[in-house]
Amino acid sequence: MQEKPFRNDGYAKVTGRAAYADDYSISGMLHMVPVYADYVAAKNLAVDYSEALKVPGCVRVFTAKDVPGSNVFGQIEKDYPIIASDRVRSWGDVCALVVAETRKAALEAATKVSITADPVRAVLTIEEALKDNAPVVPSYGKSNIVVEHKLRHGNPDQAFDSCELILEEEFETQAIEQGYMEPESALCVPRHDGVIEIYGSMQHPFSTRRFTAALLGEPLSNIEVYTIAVGGGFGGKDDNAAAVCARAALGARLLKRPVKLTYSREWSFRETYKRHPYKLSYKVGFTSEGLVKAVKAKMYADSGPYLSVTPWVTWRSTAQCFGPYSVENIHADVYGVATNNIFCGAMRGFGAPQVNFSVEQIMDIAAHTLGIHPLGMRRMNMVKQGSETVTGQILDDHTVSLEEVMNKVVHAIGYRKKYEKCTFGKSENDELYGIGLAISYRGSSLGAEGMDFCSAIINGQFDGSILLETGIHENGQGSESVMMLILADELGVNLDRIRYRRSSTSSIPDSGTTVATRGTIMGGSAVVTAVRKFRELLSFHLAERLRCKPEEVTYHDDKIWGLNFAYSLTWEEAMRELYLQQVTPYAFGTYQAPPVSWDDTTGQGNAYFTYVYSCQAVELTVKKSTGKITLKNVVAGHDIGKAVNRAMVLGQMYGGITQGAGMALMEEFRMEEGKVVTDNFDTYKIPRMTDMPEMTGIIIENSDPHSLTGAKGIGEPALELIAPAIANAVYNATGIRSKKMPITIDPEDLNE
Amino acid sequence: MNSITINGKEYTIGEDQLEMSLLNFLRENLIMTGTKNGCEKGVCGSCTVTADNRAVRSCRMSMEKMAGKQIITIEGMEYPDGTLHPIQQGFIDAGAIQCGFCTPGMVMSAYALLLANPEPSREEIRKAMRGNLCRCTGYQQIVDAVELAAKRIKEEHLSVTAGCLA
Repeated sequence: MQEKPFRNDGYAKVTGRAAYADDYSISGMLHMVPVYADYVAAKNLAVDYSEALKVPGCVRVFTAKDVPGSNVFGQIEKDYPIIASDRVRSWGDVCALVVAETRKAALEAATKVSITADPVRAVLTIEEALKDNAPVVPSYGKSNIVVEHKLRHGNPDQAFDSCELILEEEFETQAIEQGYMEPESALCVPRHDGVIEIYGSMQHPFSTRRFTAALLGEPLSNIEVYTIAVGGGFGGKDDNAAAVCARAALGARLLKRPVKLTYSREWSFRETYKRHPYKLSYKVGFTSEGLVKAVKAKMYADSGPYLSVTPWVTWRSTAQCFGPYSVENIHADVYGVATNNIFCGAMRGFGAPQVNFSVEQIMDIAAHTLGIHPLGMRRMNMVKQGSETVTGQILDDHTVSLEEVMNKVVHAIGYRKKYEKCTFGKSENDELYGIGLAISYRGSSLGAEGMDFCSAIINGQFDGSILLETGIHENGQGSESVMMLILADELGVNLDRIRYRRSSTSSIPDSGTTVATRGTIMGGSAVVTAVRKFRELLSFHLAERLRCKPEEVTYHDDKIWGLNFAYSLTWEEAMRELYLQQVTPYAFGTYQAPPVSWDDTTGQGNAYFTYVYSCQAVELTVKKSTGKITLKNVVAGHDIGKAVNRAMVLGQMYGGITQGAGMALMEEFRMEEGKVVTDNFDTYKIPRMTDMPEMTGIIIENSDPHSLTGAKGIGEPALELIAPAIANAVYNATGIRSKKMPITIDPEDLNE
Repeated sequence: MNSITINGKEYTIGEDQLEMSLLNFLRENLIMTGTKNGCEKGVCGSCTVTADNRAVRSCRMSMEKMAGKQIITIEGMEYPDGTLHPIQQGFIDAGAIQCGFCTPGMVMSAYALLLANPEPSREEIRKAMRGNLCRCTGYQQIVDAVELAAKRIKEEHLSVTAGCLA
């Protein structure tokens, strides 16, 4: 494990030299800005831009009519309007694109674009969307139910009869903005050979290329998307960020000049997809000892008008519908519902935070009702080695360490003693105290939701230096550094020998998106596969020089060794030798995720090839006089298989906890009548330094047999369970249950 | 004629530039793109620079208001020989960098803090830098970084002054 923090971009980022999309400019560059319509739902959209063209410097205004390819695209359903044509389905729809010589002129011209349409009835809540007479929002299909998942395991209806305690609880979660610090931006440059180059702030170069190719009506090979510094994504820089790139590319293609499109924070908040708000209802039956016997769950997720990745988000909610617990009898029905709200898509956590917020509170409610300690309650029901999950998967081929993880966190924070001090609403002074915790498991990578493979290229140079490239994309999380560390370790070379090659969509095969906590496990495994091939090639050609058989050659201490260390070659010597033998020191490795399975009719199958096990505990105080909740201490434990870059693993934990705490206590993306109210960080408040306490991260490492490095991942597990831990701690402080986020405490309720 | 000093170098402010924000002047006129635009509303801190040793939001400062002031931006922190300022080194060594978009603003806020208070407590660091948002790190390692920088400056007798003024 790398103890000292390693980042290949550290120096550039502390000096301000790291260039993000808006930091690039090129001579002859034009500026594009989007134009929105002040409608939430409308038809007969008409755009009149004659006045805009009169603004000095205005070059062109594009509408859907100018699109050579398809103006709609999407990851699953091709329904997202990169430029809206006849219909407006949300307040975030872009109806025109203004291009001018300067940004100032473009902004001015945009105000002169006149947009008219005939408003139609907007659907703004899940309840409304489900009514028989509700207008059908999506452009495809006949209903507002855009996806439906079933999970059928055992017979809960029968099992409820023998239950001692039956809880029926409802929960509600809010829309959340990913809140990356860098707004979307793209610079698109037409190249001499007809290719459009894209330098953009996006999370998924290959998705960006597909969006752009669709809009331009051109083959994928006509577009080359480059990796540059990206100012955060958290799931949020896929569809819209790709659309931003595609729009600028449209301008570049049609005007034959470079075009830059940089978003303001207001446009970003207005247009981009959010975390799905959920309504969840659970009926859960327990024995008197606290064993969960039966569960029936129903969930509705607001998808907004466009599908994006809703079916994948709701699928994860289905596969993980009752937290990390084994339940003999469980049925779940999960629906994605279309409305005219700003649409929803990927955000770190992806359908798990909403479920965990509910389930981890239900476990505490049951524990309090039955007089069982919340820890004992969890220990009794949690998945263990050989357990069966709610999808019928037997967890016997990796270390199921949930109990170990929970024990470590409980011990580190001193949970048992502190739990005794919880005030449950009663305190002599103004301060109430509570400690709470939550546990989770998270299926690694995409699971049965999608195609899952990744590639890596090792390109040895004849002077002994090495270029590495993978299909995993750097969003700021440090993935390039992790890949370099894995290569250095597997090849036994010093880090300074390796350069990570800035990859593009034309330099490496499509390796899927860097989401779902799959970067380290998939990319790292691809690097290992490439290293194995690379070493085999080198060993074959160097064995003679090393006076041994190829299989006896070893790689460590920045050298290549023969048998018993009798002979060795420096990398400079070895690469020179390959040059003389006219051999290219190059290896391409791919890694396919181990098989998973899923039966749509029953929701049964081996949903994921492995799981990350997590526990987070939090201490907080609540002021009786004001209801103000203050976090005091957080301890998080995660079994991530193996830590590659320790400081970055901890950084992922602290960042995830902070985003989760924001969701729990302050964040709420609000719309009124479908129009965005919280359009910048002054109204959409995310945690500041003073909102967060000191945090401790515990890294637990049970090497995972499905990962060629032993490492799993940490991005999403870090975020998905602090909210219920906070909700439980708030209850333990106040005696008040919070079934809705963000959690607020009304002091009047405390003084009753 | 109005003028402004940026990283030790004096620039004339043209009549047509008086209403421009300092952020746009830096990014567009001087092509100093290290200072970032995160919200253009003075609430995220990504555009923080120092003006006469105090942290300011450059997106909210007009050139007219900034006339006569001594500005330090992220580009001015490093020493001319390429050595990093202790605060910058602290960010690297504490693992305080992820996406890096907030980092220049964070470094500049930390600089203003250490000029005014060379030995801040963790609590004081959090209070002084609460105007700088970060979505990646949860701030823990950023507080570590500033603490580490302050410790090194004291123990190794380093200068707090920005590299460009050394």
